[in-house]
Amino acid sequence: MYTLLLCWRYLRTRWIALASVISVTLGVATMIVVNAVMAGFAHEMQSRIHGILSDLVFESHSLSGFQDPAWHMEEIRRAGGDDIEGMTPTAAVPAMLNFQVRGQWVTRQIMLIGIDEKTHAQVSDFGRYLQHPDNRRQLSFDLRDGGYDTIDSQTDGQQVATRPALEGAGWPHRRMRVERERAWRQRQAELQAGEQAGGVDPRGSGPVRPVDHQVDAVLAATSPAVTADGDANTAPPGELPPTAPVDPFRAAKPEEGRSFDPAKEQFTGIVPGIGLASFRDSEGIDRFLVLPGDDVKITFPTAATPPKAVTDTYTVVDFYESKMSEYDSNFVFVPIEQLEKARGMIDPQTGLASVNSIQIKLRPGADLEEVRDRLRESFPADMYAVSSWKDKQGPLLSAVDMEMAVLNILLFMIVAVAGFGILAIFFMIVVEKTRDIGILKSLGASSSGVAGIFLGYGLFLGLVGAGAGLALGLGITWNINRIRVLVEWCTGERVFDPSIYYFFRIPTIVDPWTIAWIIAGAVGIAVAASVLPALRAARLHPVEALRHD
Amino acid sequence: MIDTNREIDPSGTPLLQVRSVRKAYRSGGGMLEVLRGVDFEVEPAGFVSVIGQSGSGKSTLLHLMGLLDAPDSGEVHLAGTRIDNLPTARRDRLRNTDIGMVFQAYHLLPELSALENVLSPLLVRFSIADWFRHKADARRRAESLLERFGLGGRLHHKPRQLSGGEMQRVAIARALVGQPRLLLADEPTGNLDEASGAGILEALCELNRSDGLSIVLVTHDQSIARRADRIVRLVAGRVENV
Repeated sequence: MYTLLLCWRYLRTRWIALASVISVTLGVATMIVVNAVMAGFAHEMQSRIHGILSDLVFESHSLSGFQDPAWHMEEIRRAGGDDIEGMTPTAAVPAMLNFQVRGQWVTRQIMLIGIDEKTHAQVSDFGRYLQHPDNRRQLSFDLRDGGYDTIDSQTDGQQVATRPALEGAGWPHRRMRVERERAWRQRQAELQAGEQAGGVDPRGSGPVRPVDHQVDAVLAATSPAVTADGDANTAPPGELPPTAPVDPFRAAKPEEGRSFDPAKEQFTGIVPGIGLASFRDSEGIDRFLVLPGDDVKITFPTAATPPKAVTDTYTVVDFYESKMSEYDSNFVFVPIEQLEKARGMIDPQTGLASVNSIQIKLRPGADLEEVRDRLRESFPADMYAVSSWKDKQGPLLSAVDMEMAVLNILLFMIVAVAGFGILAIFFMIVVEKTRDIGILKSLGASSSGVAGIFLGYGLFLGLVGAGAGLALGLGITWNINRIRVLVEWCTGERVFDPSIYYFFRIPTIVDPWTIAWIIAGAVGIAVAASVLPALRAARLHPVEALRHD
Repeated sequence: MIDTNREIDPSGTPLLQVRSVRKAYRSGGGMLEVLRGVDFEVEPAGFVSVIGQSGSGKSTLLHLMGLLDAPDSGEVHLAGTRIDNLPTARRDRLRNTDIGMVFQAYHLLPELSALENVLSPLLVRFSIADWFRHKADARRRAESLLERFGLGGRLHHKPRQLSGGEMQRVAIARALVGQPRLLLADEPTGNLDEASGAGILEALCELNRSDGLSIVLVTHDQSIARRADRIVRLVAGRVENV
């Protein structure tokens, strides 16, 4: 009983000892906040990755893919049973994207992915990441007649920079551009005609060909891009660069045997990742190099052996924005039939198309690994690979886990340092209380009872410190976005720049188990730090303790 | 009343026996022999003064009798039972139930009030559950002891708010609350002025006379020692009976 009473009295008369637990408090609070934010980020990232990939991916080992996806899908359904909710075939091939920005050809390395426009959005969050509301409902590779979002649809109504450039995107932008190019073409023709009449031809070129649709189409494909502020739209034609003298894409023809009016018609639609077509300037405003309605060129290998490079013209119809820059600056989606045709993936004898993979969505609650293993058993492993979205992003996810583990160890060091503070203060208290310890022993107190006073003291301080840390940590975590706004208001600087993180609020997840571990660890350290002083107190010789002054 | 749970049956006599006890302390390079074979007895309800020069070993003797220290050789018997070689837990218990100690420097716990200081041996004795069973009893007892020593109005004062004489009276009340058989007092008046010292001494004599409490009083003052029934003089670690 005296253990409790004295423990309590020492606490009440020595508030300074609480100073030593402030570091425990701060350590615990920091750990809770950091864990919550990191778990939030990790979860956000996982859900993005999961949103991009379907639950399971069934693919062939070879780049030329496997034939007859319909048969494979039937087989998968048989093997997977009720757990399969939806499937869609995709074909992917590394490719090059070319477009012209103010006369400069820009070439980007891309992954060209053929998707089924009807079913693709059903197996993943693909639809959510598009910029046109109608495409979000049901993707169409036909160019829309305007109506693209000028405010990012994934911002939950937060205040962000708008995208005014997307205002006129679609058919209006395409018509305007074609008009302007025709006018420029005509002007150039007139000038050249005038020079020829004067007998001087500085470039030594032949007679000017008539401006026909064919040329228009080529021009359209190589049009200068329009930047976000739209100044290219209003720029005088004189500033527009002429078509490159040697155009490697001159051979591209939209559709054989028929004239093509770029003001009314489009090439095959594509949906490039937004990172390929835009960049974010220092003020956080997206500047677009290409807009929906513009034409671009894509070069990709055929399915033949050895592969030949094929170049086709496509019309941008929307942008894909998953907020994962790795994907947003790499993926370009095309209709799968078009890609199969262009790459020669359709068997001329049977008419069967080849695909690279089948994306599978599972029924909610289905066991991802279990279904994956079932599919692996049903198909020969040397021909097909079945992987879950987690397998696909395994290194990334484990890197994040690793990061969290390392950070936790480092932060726990803070609490451990606090433990040494407690150790030092307790030693001081034991020295100060030496005579009292002697008195207690002369009254018949046992060594373990004396040790109990200091262990209880440490336990109490640990509990107080961890409890305060818990309250502080949760308080910060739950109000972190408000705190961010406040800090930004005070300092005038952006603490959390959405243009860097692609999130518009700091995501947090509070995991009760993590908190339980943190609290247990902090209390454990406080108690452990009081063990040595407690032992010293217990071992004090009563006679010497009584003589102590 | 509170059950004192005597560890030792009180039938034997004498109450306390010290038999050829030796004790040496490590001091500097060599050993300093403080007690060189002390023989000494306290009869039940006896009042013995131990007198001697500073450094004659009288405090050491008191500590050995109070089980705060163990002799190098020799034996200490309480009511016929050897107690100096008991296991630690039993020695702790004996100290709590059978022996009360009063020190020159009072040795009160500064964080506790006078009443709580008096209660502290009982706090040590009982576990938490037992404490709540005995709490009212213990409190009543502690209060009556303090009132007996004229401290009825100072129950909730902290030691620093009390005078030296008052603190020593609280210390005596503390020594008595567990109903010990033997009271060991180490220069109880050493830090007090004459009047307070006389009061303390009177209280001890009164306890010996009316309650039959056995007392060992250690002092260097002849006049104080004379209040006892018997005086034992320690000279250079040996007893010289007077």
